[in-house]
Amino acid sequence: MQLGAYSFGDTQLNPDGTHRSTAEAVRNLFDAIVHADRVGLDYFGVGEHHTVSMPASSPGAMIAAAAAATDRIILGSAASIISTDDPVRVFQQFAVADAISGGGRVEITAGRGSSVETFPLFGFDLRDYDRLYAEKLDLLMTINGSTAEDVTWSGSVRPTLDNLAVVPRPVGGRLPIWIATGGNASSSARAGQLGLPISYGIIGGEPHRFAPLVELYRRSAAQAGHTGDNIKVSVATFGLIAPTKEEALERFYPGWRNLNIEMGRLRGWAAPDKRQFDIQAEAPGAYFVGDPDEVAERIVQLHGHLGHVRHFLQADHGGLPQEYLLESIALLATEVKPRVERLLAAK
Amino acid sequence: MVSTIGILGAGRVGTAIGRAALGAGYAVNIAGSGAGADIELLVDIVVPGARAMSARDAVADADLVIVAVPLHKFRTISPGMLAGKIVIDTMNYWEPIDGRLDEFERDARTSSEIIRDYFPEARVVKTLNHIGYHELETDGLPAGHEERRAIAVAGDDDAAVAVAMQLIERFGYDAIYSGPLQTGTAFQPGTAIFGGRHSADELRAQLALASGQRPLSGAQLA
Repeated sequence: MQLGAYSFGDTQLNPDGTHRSTAEAVRNLFDAIVHADRVGLDYFGVGEHHTVSMPASSPGAMIAAAAAATDRIILGSAASIISTDDPVRVFQQFAVADAISGGGRVEITAGRGSSVETFPLFGFDLRDYDRLYAEKLDLLMTINGSTAEDVTWSGSVRPTLDNLAVVPRPVGGRLPIWIATGGNASSSARAGQLGLPISYGIIGGEPHRFAPLVELYRRSAAQAGHTGDNIKVSVATFGLIAPTKEEALERFYPGWRNLNIEMGRLRGWAAPDKRQFDIQAEAPGAYFVGDPDEVAERIVQLHGHLGHVRHFLQADHGGLPQEYLLESIALLATEVKPRVERLLAAK
Repeated sequence: MVSTIGILGAGRVGTAIGRAALGAGYAVNIAGSGAGADIELLVDIVVPGARAMSARDAVADADLVIVAVPLHKFRTISPGMLAGKIVIDTMNYWEPIDGRLDEFERDARTSSEIIRDYFPEARVVKTLNHIGYHELETDGLPAGHEERRAIAVAGDDDAAVAVAMQLIERFGYDAIYSGPLQTGTAFQPGTAIFGGRHSADELRAQLALASGQRPLSGAQLA
């Protein structure tokens, strides 16, 4: 199983609680990706986000830079909000990064985004939410699936492409494209029908309860005649690894609390509740926060339910000190990974 | 006595309520936006035991209807279909998540009052809107348990409210009546109740605060 990290960028906080610069957050994210490659992590995902606290607004630019500075790690968006972007541009940015990487290390994960900031930012109407996503995903797949540079496509959300070149082509012919979903059942069915790999973002509840969604995904794929390597599942959750469980909780909780205070203010929900955190931070909750033994065991346990091929963790939010992020990434690659392999082999 | 529940909406909320209802011993009909066959595989796997139907069929023999469609799509439900039915409105006008909807933004009524007025012959109750859909299935506890959570219920029709409260209790939560539908304003997005975790006493205190009263003491509550 591949292990990885993902981030939306995490703007550091001053002692008085105000944000430091978003440029520093972007630089920290870049450093974390390079570090992840050095310590042998399999995957790093950059999630498109457009807030001061989480400023990784341009995954394509970040991944192109990281492609030049890394050797082995797989780089992807987690996710690209394609509803409000131009799929031609998204494809080109990732194909450029793919070329720089030498080929075969760059992926796109296409999503809708859990928040709606991009609609006013890029001038789209929320009433078109479903149509924008469906058509733009279709265009992205059309470009990626094309055997030639010239692409023809028409739809209602973007001008027609009539035999126009979209370059560069990926080194390997195509880029892996994943579908991101937060657990809506019809999204799982659709990803299966399209024959695309699926990436579940599980931000709460009990992740093993996604098992029926995975079954729906696999059966929808089989019904549509899609089999083979492209039918696979990845899972993204919160998580942080430290030498001990106690340290992991101490490091992760303040950022979680900061994030939830901010989100509560923006999104109108109640103040964060430590009881909720404590439940989520223990099996079978959704936060993989602990020492290498516990996190490895929990990933393998979840694998028994979902059969996922990749598990990746977001540790940095709410101003997590960068050194804790880097240590978590190192422990994930060097301590959790061999344990996961050992446990899976023993099954 | 409610035995069959019809759920309109097969998204995250509708399917989670469907599973909770099956677990509590109810029969469940569930409908998406189209024909029952469109969501048959989905329902078989995700809400096993429920019946996939069209919206019209799902509500026809239901003793209680749960509306869990995206709020901006509520007008796709024909009002006549719900005439005489007890209807739980689980929806929220949640602008930061779902975007701005002018019809709710400009209206002085709460979202559930707008729903009630759209379904004039239905007996609308507001509840199940302030607890996370994935918590609903996992956090239910037997009556009397010291960690049992509470869920608020608002409605104008006493008998309909009583039916909804019984459902909440069977799901494993203390049901707390807040008053007429308009009092649902106390547990909409942006309130201290929305998305929080409350015991019955804590929830009563929050509702009392929201209504401008002094919170009742424990003795008064008992």
